Order: sequence, then C-alpha cells, then structure tokens
Amino acid sequence: MIEVIDAEQCTACDICVSVCPTNVFDKTDGIPRIARQSDCQTCFLCELYCPEDALFVSPFADAPQAVDVAALKEATMLGSYRRAVGWVEESRHLRAADRSYRLFGH
Amino acid sequence: MTNSPGRAEKLSSSAGSVMFDADVLVLGGGPAGTWAAISAAEHGARVVLADKGFCGTSGATAAAGTGVWYVDPAPERREAAMASREKLGGHLQDRRWMARVLDRTYAQSNQLADWGYPYPADDDGRPQRNSLQGPEYMRLMRKRTKQAGVTILDHSPALELLVDGNGVVAGATGLRRQKGDRWAVNAKAVVIATGGCAFLSKTLGSNVLTGDGYLLAAEAGAEFTSMEFSNAYAISPAFGSVTKTLFYSWSSFTDEQGSVIPGASSKGGRSVIARALRKGPVYAQLDQADAETQRHMRVSQPNFFLPFDRTGIDPFTQRFPITLRLEGTVRGTGGLRIIDDSCATTVPGLYAAGDAATRELICGGFTGGGSHNAAWAMSSGHWAGQGAAEFARQMGTTSGRQAFRRGTVGLRSGGGRPLQGSALARSVQDEVFPYELNYFREAGRLGESLRRLDALWSDASAADAPDEKELLRAREAAAMLATARWMYRSALTRQESRGMHRRDDYPEQDDRYLHLVTSGGLDDVWTSARPLASAQYAEAAE
Repeated sequence: MIEVIDAEQCTACDICVSVCPTNVFDKTDGIPRIARQSDCQTCFLCELYCPEDALFVSPFADAPQAVDVAALKEATMLGSYRRAVGWVEESRHLRAADRSYRLFGH
Repeated sequence: MTNSPGRAEKLSSSAGSVMFDADVLVLGGGPAGTWAAISAAEHGARVVLADKGFCGTSGATAAAGTGVWYVDPAPERREAAMASREKLGGHLQDRRWMARVLDRTYAQSNQLADWGYPYPADDDGRPQRNSLQGPEYMRLMRKRTKQAGVTILDHSPALELLVDGNGVVAGATGLRRQKGDRWAVNAKAVVIATGGCAFLSKTLGSNVLTGDGYLLAAEAGAEFTSMEFSNAYAISPAFGSVTKTLFYSWSSFTDEQGSVIPGASSKGGRSVIARALRKGPVYAQLDQADAETQRHMRVSQPNFFLPFDRTGIDPFTQRFPITLRLEGTVRGTGGLRIIDDSCATTVPGLYAAGDAATRELICGGFTGGGSHNAAWAMSSGHWAGQGAAEFARQMGTTSGRQAFRRGTVGLRSGGGRPLQGSALARSVQDEVFPYELNYFREAGRLGESLRRLDALWSDASAADAPDEKELLRAREAAAMLATARWMYRSALTRQESRGMHRRDDYPEQDDRYLHLVTSGGLDDVWTSARPLASAQYAEAAE
C-alpha cells in the first residue's frame, strides 16, 4: 500500500491525486493527503507517475507497513520503479527493452 | 463554452452537476474503452469517455504488462494459433471470430507502432509486437484518445443507464467523485468497456473492476454468456498484489517442510496449488530460470520484482510464500452477450467491448491469459466504437427524446436501512474467494452459496440508497453480488468439467454440454442453453 508522500520532495503538483485509479489521495492546500489508504490496490502507478520521486508504495497489499523514509532514500528506493521502466531521462533506453518474446512459449 | 467541431457538447454546468450531449458514450478507459472511443471518433461521432478512475492508469492492463495475440498473417501460422487453443477452450470457440480478431489485432498493433509505441526489436532487428508494457501502452492510448477529440471524464464512475421510451439506450449518469457532484451524458449509443469483475481481490490493477458495467447493462435488459468460466486465480506472493503467473513457469513449489508438491505448476497444475493452499502455506522459488532468463525477466516486467526487491527476497535463490488471488471474469471468458459483428448487445444502442464482453468467441471456456484478452480488447473496442457510431448516425436527431433512469439496487428508496456497501462486498467475497466454492465446484456447495447470495440480493434490493459518499461502494458491491449469482447459476447448469470450469461431481467433459450458457436477470436469475454458432450453421444448411 502507499505509505509515504515525502514532504521534502513533493511539490504539491497533485498528479498522484489525478492518476490514482482507486482515488486514495485528497488534495489539500499543500501536499496531498493519503486519505483512503485501505483502498490502495498496490498497483505502484502513483509512484510511477510522480515526477519528483516523492512517493513510496510498500509491496504489502493487505496491511499498512511502517517505513523509514531516510533508509529508503539511502537505499535509492524512491523512484526505483520509474528508473526500471525507463520513465526518467537516464534510462529511456529501457522503454524498448521488453524481452517477453523470449519468455513466451516456455 | 465553445466547442471545437466534433467534440461532445457540454450542455450546462449548474452548481453540482454537469451534462453533455454526445453521439457515443464510452464507459471505461482501459484498452477496450480507449480503442472504442478512438474508433467512434474516427467515424465522425462526438464521443465522451467516462472512467471510474483515471483513463491511462485504471484497469487490469495499465498496471501490468500483457502479451498480445499478435500472429503473422501467414495462413499456416494463423491456423496453428487457432488450433492450439481449441481443446483448452473445450471447443466452444468460433473460428470466424478468431480469424477476424487475429486480423484486427495485427492492424491495431501496427497502428500502435505508427503512433510511436516503443516496441522492442530482436537480435536481427525485427520488431517484436506480441507484448505491451501496461503503463507505456495506456499512457499512449490516453494521449491518442484526447487527440481524437474525445472528451474524457476521469474519476467519473457511471451509476446507471438512461433509456428512451422504446428501450433504446439514451446515455448514462454517474458521479464525479473528486468534485462531489454528478454527471449525465445524453448519447445515442453507449459502449460498455468497464472490464470484468475481480471482486476487490487486489489482483494487480483490478480493484476498479467490480462488474459495474454488467449491473447497469443488466438493468437495461442485457444478457450474459459463459459466466461459468469465471474461476481464474492468479499466483502472487502471499503478501503482495503482483500477479504475473507466466514467470512461475520457472518455479518450483514446496510445502512448509520444503518438500516439492507433486504436480504443482503454474500451468496445468494450479489446481494442485489451490488444494495445497487449503492445507497450509505454499512456497515458490524461480529456481529454473537461468541467468539469461533472469535478465529477460527483469527488463520485461520490472514490476514483478518490486515486491521482492523491497522486501529483500531474491526470488531466484530464496523461496517465498504464495497465494492465489481471484481474477474472476477479468481472466475468465464470460461477459455481456454480443449478437453481431459490431459487438452490439441484446439492448438496442448498447455495445460491449473488452473484458466486459464475452470472450468465449475466441477463448471458448478457457482463460485467454493476457494475450487473447489484449487482442480482444483492441478488436472488440474497435468494432464496438464503430458500431456505436454507426447506430448514432442512423438515429439522426434525438432532440426532445425522453430519457428514463434504469438503475435499481442502491439507487432507490427501499424503506429499509441504507445499503452497506463495504459489508456487502465482504459477504460476496466470502462466497467467491474460497477455492472449495469457486475453483472446485460441486452442486451442493454451489446451491448453498446461491441461497446465501440470493438472500443478500433480497436484502440489498430492499435497502435504501446510501448517502453520496457511500454510493459508489454500494453499487460496486451490488454489481459483485449480481455477477456472483450469474456465475454460480451458470456453473450449476453446466454439469461437466470443461475449459476452466471444474465440477468435483462431474469431473469429465461431457459432449451433451457442447453448447453455451446464456444468463441474465436480477431479482430472478435465469440461464438457458444456446447452440454454438457452428451448430447453428449446420442446422441452417440441412
């Protein structure tokens, strides 16, 4: 489930509020609020769309988890999904790196 | 406000509600919905697309990645592609539909390449078009939908259909959940592309898929088919949401003590896993993937590795607990019955596409996995959009047409207490999640479950409409409930095991059941047998 909107990174652009398919976030005067955490389906898409790498989705789908933001930053976990799918400048080549055709038919 | 030519017209924007006038309204903004909206717009229709979540991220495809049933047009390849699936599907497919879906999918996939989708190339530089990255694909589809002049309403779940005095669909109404008000669209035709129903199981990306479109279509009189083929379960880490069953074909499966579970496998042995899970934890380890395969997996499906990288598990060298999450009709093949090549339903002006529409035509009684489903979304979306646009064109002017609301449960005053959506959703889950009820079916257990589901329906029908904040969850729960009843009524009727439908009391395929099962109804759920198209042709020729 979504656990963190990092106040240091977040610019209150509200993209996460728009893109979350299950409407987990609410807009505020500042950074968005995780208003309905239990509706999070753990699809990681808010994190993927966040241009500032301010969000972290824990892989635990059924219960909230305590997370240590400093440790996540230290481990460069924030934004790791964006980098892996090639949605940042330095990894753009990964957008066409799909090798599923080598895996099908197994 | 001014409108560019071809755009749906915004009629009024009084405080608290917004109204549009369109030729075609598309409900759902996944692959099927976006293809439908684009194709309707290309046929000159003014189109509104309303998505429950955000068009571009919502639905089963956006969060995942999917194979695509993309096959070179060489006749022998096509023949092999069709033949390879017929036995699995219990011979319920329709070859004519398989061929036209292959043709259409080939065209649509190549269209995506022209639009700039970053397909990979193999070592010889040949483009490979039989797989799509969900986020990338759906981001592109949103962009193309907007460029086609379609008005997109995000976070705007539909609540009910509108019909005219002749029972012809006239639009729909719904919520704008982030604005706290309502929308209404007067339309000459409606495409249901709201996906299937995965019962809020958290199978990846599917929690928006609660059968909403089924319910509102049924309220307008639509019929369903193949709803017994609805017991798809996907493997995921026990703690996580990422269902990527293909990768488990490199896995071993072990019990608590570390002993290999005989017969357990992702393909052809998933029922063994389900039986083992009833006794205790089951563990997987992808120990059959060599280094090269591991590299291909990483770049092909980065999301598969998020649960592992973030919990410090190496899935190739360490075992981890798994579970099976219900995918229901998202990976099943049942859905709204379509009656012609334009993907029309039995309700005039109402069209269906993608997972919301029956996929039996190309999958028979077996799951289409990702690839057939993706092909079906592209193809049926294209045809439904075109069919709806043509229906709208033939209808001409509809000014002064009266529209009536067709919504029932959760939307009307019943004189009882307000419908409790969350509690009802949990009660439905209790009937459809358990493997002993849904995966492995048997007359006694199905019958008992149906009695409980029917009682829940009576209660829900008698309940009052909840307040605006709870309305969507109430309608979702009602849709899940209705879906479960069509599923189990159909499952009870098919007294054999065929395709994905397994009956403990009838373990064999029985050719007396080489037909399709139509279903429908709300207060009274009904089923009937329907001959295969091929049988109908044979009869006509006699």
